[in-house]
Formats: sequence, C-alpha cells, structure tokens
Amino acid sequence: MSGPQHHISATVVRALARRAQPWSAFGLAAAVVGAVAVSPDPYLHATAARMLPLAVLTVSVAVVTGHAGLPTLGQVAPYAAGAYATARLALAGTDLALLHLLAAAGAGAVTAGALGALLVRYRATVFLMLSLAVAELTAITAAQWRTVSGGTDGLAGIPAPRLLPGLPPLTADRTVLLYTAAVAIAATAAAITLLDGDRRTLLAAVRANEARASASGHQVTAYLWTAHTGAGALAGIGGALLIHTHRWITPADVGFTTAALALLAVVIGGATSLPGAAAATVAVLAVRDVVGASLPGHAPLLLGALFVTAVYLLPGGLTALSARLASLPIHRRRPTLHTPEGPDQPVTRSTP
Amino acid sequence: MRTVHRIDPDGVPSQREPGDIDRAHGNGLVATGLRHAYGQLTVLDLDTFTVAPGDRHAVIGPNGAGKSTLLNILAGTTRTQTGTITYNGQVVTRRGPAWRARAGIGRTFQHPRVYPNLTVLDCVRMGGWHHRHQPERTPLEALDLVGLLGYADYPAAALSHGHRRMLDLAVALAGQPRVLLLDEPAAGLTDTLTTRLLDILGRLPGWMAVVLVEHHMDVVAALADWTTVLHHGHRHTDGPTDTVRADPAVTALYLGTGGDDAAHR
Repeated sequence: MSGPQHHISATVVRALARRAQPWSAFGLAAAVVGAVAVSPDPYLHATAARMLPLAVLTVSVAVVTGHAGLPTLGQVAPYAAGAYATARLALAGTDLALLHLLAAAGAGAVTAGALGALLVRYRATVFLMLSLAVAELTAITAAQWRTVSGGTDGLAGIPAPRLLPGLPPLTADRTVLLYTAAVAIAATAAAITLLDGDRRTLLAAVRANEARASASGHQVTAYLWTAHTGAGALAGIGGALLIHTHRWITPADVGFTTAALALLAVVIGGATSLPGAAAATVAVLAVRDVVGASLPGHAPLLLGALFVTAVYLLPGGLTALSARLASLPIHRRRPTLHTPEGPDQPVTRSTP
Repeated sequence: MRTVHRIDPDGVPSQREPGDIDRAHGNGLVATGLRHAYGQLTVLDLDTFTVAPGDRHAVIGPNGAGKSTLLNILAGTTRTQTGTITYNGQVVTRRGPAWRARAGIGRTFQHPRVYPNLTVLDCVRMGGWHHRHQPERTPLEALDLVGLLGYADYPAAALSHGHRRMLDLAVALAGQPRVLLLDEPAAGLTDTLTTRLLDILGRLPGWMAVVLVEHHMDVVAALADWTTVLHHGHRHTDGPTDTVRADPAVTALYLGTGGDDAAHR
C-alpha cells in the first residue's frame, strides 16, 4: 500500500482499538453491578446505588477538567440545580423518572451555561478559584433559599419515582440500584459518544494550544462553553439520581466536600477517561465509607493519602496505568524520529 | 477605540505606489494609525501598512523593532491600542484572531505552535477544519508538501524544532489563507529545511498575499518584492527589497544595534 493510504489505514485501526476501550469498561461495570445486584444484602444494594450519583457528577467534572482543560469545583452548582428541580417536581406530585431526568438535565445545563458565560473566559488557577467560589455559593444558596431548598434542614420525605405511569414506585433497594446503574451507564455512554471523534480532537487541540487554535479559526471560548454546559446537563442528571437514591437532600450534599471528592476522583481515575473517573469515584467512596469505618475519624486522612499516592505514582490516573507499564524500559522502543530518511515506526498515537 | 491618523515624526512615510495601496484597500489588508505601547514604551508606531493580493512584503529590523507586534496586531492576537485595520474593505479592528483566520488571515508563530498532544496529521486537520468539506489539498497532501508525510502518525511533541516549524506552516496553509503572516519562518532551520521552505513559499499561489518577518536576508531577498524596515517601532525605510538591501543605512542599523549581522547574509 502506498504512503498516504497506508497511513490512513493504520490510523483507522488504531482509532478503532482506542474506541473499544471505553465500551469494554461498560461491560465490566455492568458485570460488577450485576454481581452486586444478585447479592441478597439490601444494604450492599443501597450503598452501591448511593455511590452512583456522585459517579455521574465526577464524569461531568472529568468532561470539564480533562477534556476542556478547566479544573473545576463548580459542577456542584448544576448538580444542585438538578437535584432540587427533581425534588421539587417529586414533591409537587410529578413522579415519572424520565421527566425528573429531563428536568434535571435542563436545569443543570441552564445553570452551567449561565455560570460558564463568566467562567470560561478564565483559565487554570483563576478558573479553579472562581469555581471554588461557585461551590461555596451553591451551598450558601441552598442553605438560604428556604422556599426551594428547605434551608439547612433540607428536603425530606421525597416520593420515590416511577419508571412508567401505573408501575410501582422505585423503592426496593435492588431495583433502585439497577435503575441508577442503568441511568449512570447510559449518561456516561452518551457523554463518551458526544466527546468522541472530531469533538474530542477539537477539545484536545484547544487544551493543548489555545493561540494556535484561535489562529486556525477555532472559537475557543464557544467550544469551552459548550463543553461546560453539556457537562452541566450531566451533573444535573447526577443530581436527579441523588434524589432518586437518597430521597432527601441537604445543602451539605451539594457543598465543597462533594465538589472536592469529585475532583479527587477525576485525578485518581484519569482526567480524560470518563469510565475511569466513574470507577475512581467508587474507589474514593469505598475508602471513605468502608475502609474509613474501621478507622473512625480518619477518613479525610485516608483520602489525602490516596490523593498523594495517585498524584505521585499515577500522574495520568488509573487509566494511564497500562500505558505507563508499557513504557517501562523493558517494553520501550527507541524512536528514530530525526533521521533524514524519516521514521521507521510511529512511537504512539497521543490523541487521548 | 481612539483612531489616530498621523505621520510618525520619528519614522518615514511609506513609499508604496498609490496603485498598490488602492489594491490593498480593495482586496487586501490595510492598517492605519497603528500605535501600541507597554506603559511608556512605544513598541509600534506606524502611519500605514498595506498588503495587496500577490504582495510578498518583508518586514525586517533589529530585535525589539516591533515586527512581531505588527504581525500579532494584523492577526488579531494582540488588539491595537489605536488605529484601524481593514481587510477586503471591511473594518476588522475589533475582530479576534479566530474570526480573522476564518476570513482568510492565516499565520505562523515566531516560536512554532503546534498541538503537542495530537498527531502531526491531526494538527493539520485542525488547521484546515473550516475548509474540511472543500479543501484545496488534503491534510496528507499538506504534510507531503512540507516533507512531514512520514511523520503523520507521530505526536507533534516528538518533532524536532525544524519539523515543528514546518508543521506550523502546514497548519497555517491548511487554513487556506488569502493573507499569510509568517513570523521568522526560517529561524532555527537547517539548510535543507530552509531550501524546502523557500521552495514551498516560492510556489504559493499568486493571489495570496504574504507578510514575512525575517532576519535571514537571503530568505527575504529570495521571497520578498517589497521590504519595510522597522526600528524602535517606527518605519525606518521601505522600498523594493533589492534597494533596501543595498541601503548602507539599513546595514548600519543592523550592525549599529550590535544584535544581528543578518543584513550581510
């Protein structure tokens, strides 16, 4: 095969292999959920289900942090918008889960879009600090806006949702787990699909060199705003799942601690891997709630140790582990990049 | 924005023919009354700067003369503090770099800017994104043009400086510019790559306008038909490249600063 055609074929093969990875992660996730669901322990079902709203929030943080390159603590704002919209709908007598999810996604997108109009003009540390302010203001607003949020007492006694009119409400722990897992996996799959292909490459380009992207005609701020708003819809769905699994909410659920846990999970999971971020959320919550239970009062210390370990040992997160192992000296091939005749073999395809 | 039209007292007016200026006003790029300062330090003060279709316009001068500032202002990367910029007869002074790029003003950078986390092929694809449905040449053809076809699947971060500079050029050309702004495209290139660069730039279409900021006078002599000399942000002189190159004052300007001796190369 001649030059250009050969390169196109090789690129296509590598792209297909890369695309297969997230979907295998979904297969693994479905298997784990299935294994938990067949367990007879309802406490395990409830515990697993209650991890998933934060996992969806983490996926949205990974979109903003990993793909748009904007490290954020502010995704709790659309998360809160989705949660309170769902709670208010349920308390008003609208109990269809699908309506809850759509309303929550809309509320999250509107909130993130409005905040993004201000936030995405900034970068790096300034963006992070502004997003921290958003996280704090979210909790303060939730505590102060009593007519919507119930104040610091929160909202309790929220009715369980129904999948379809006439069906019983989702109250059984196993059913709630399966429903929540299905929504979480579907939302993450949708995010991966939307961020695949050229959209992924465009965001990677903007993240890598904004000046070059602008000089090539790319509307950087518009791209980042779109990603921020889309991630807000995802966070809103996470908020709906929070209500569906917990059936109560307080301002503490949408405060700085939640935002920090999500960002921590993104760092541990790998910023550009959405399934990795979701899996890392489960790991973080397991360390905090399961391991931490045997060391009362030391859960923050455990999380700190986990964070430091991840940063030092896994700079690219859990999902970069296989690539790091492959790059060990025993596997490494020396590239012949600068020979006059040109390279023999590509080193790697770096598009994430 | 304050618009100032004046002849800089420390510089000289442009010697361009009225016909060239008229062509620039019609289908080219015209900057009028440009002034840019950082605090008390004026880095650029030009009455006019015009580029018409087909022009090969070099801008030379010692370091700190304001060459890159001029290019950044024309590209929209830096917003001018005073003055007006028109392109194809339309005022674009307040338009950003992305808008100007889509309108046909492409550029390379003094320090080549690529997307290090993308493959070489993807870098060019992103450069030609807005013409992807009707490209003049495919990304692979663009890479072939600059001699990087064999590197298409490599991460851009793995390229040498010279190859990054060629990739920066390929990205700019993929955007199908009508005005191409080149910021020291030959800096750091080997002789082989410089020869290839001259070959590529020499075969650019006749309707394309090129503004070339460059220290290598042999590159300027090979490509430019008109040269503007900047010094401390002012126009020191301008004219046909051969005339400017032979001007002892220009040589003295380079040598007098103790910086570049490139005027003799």
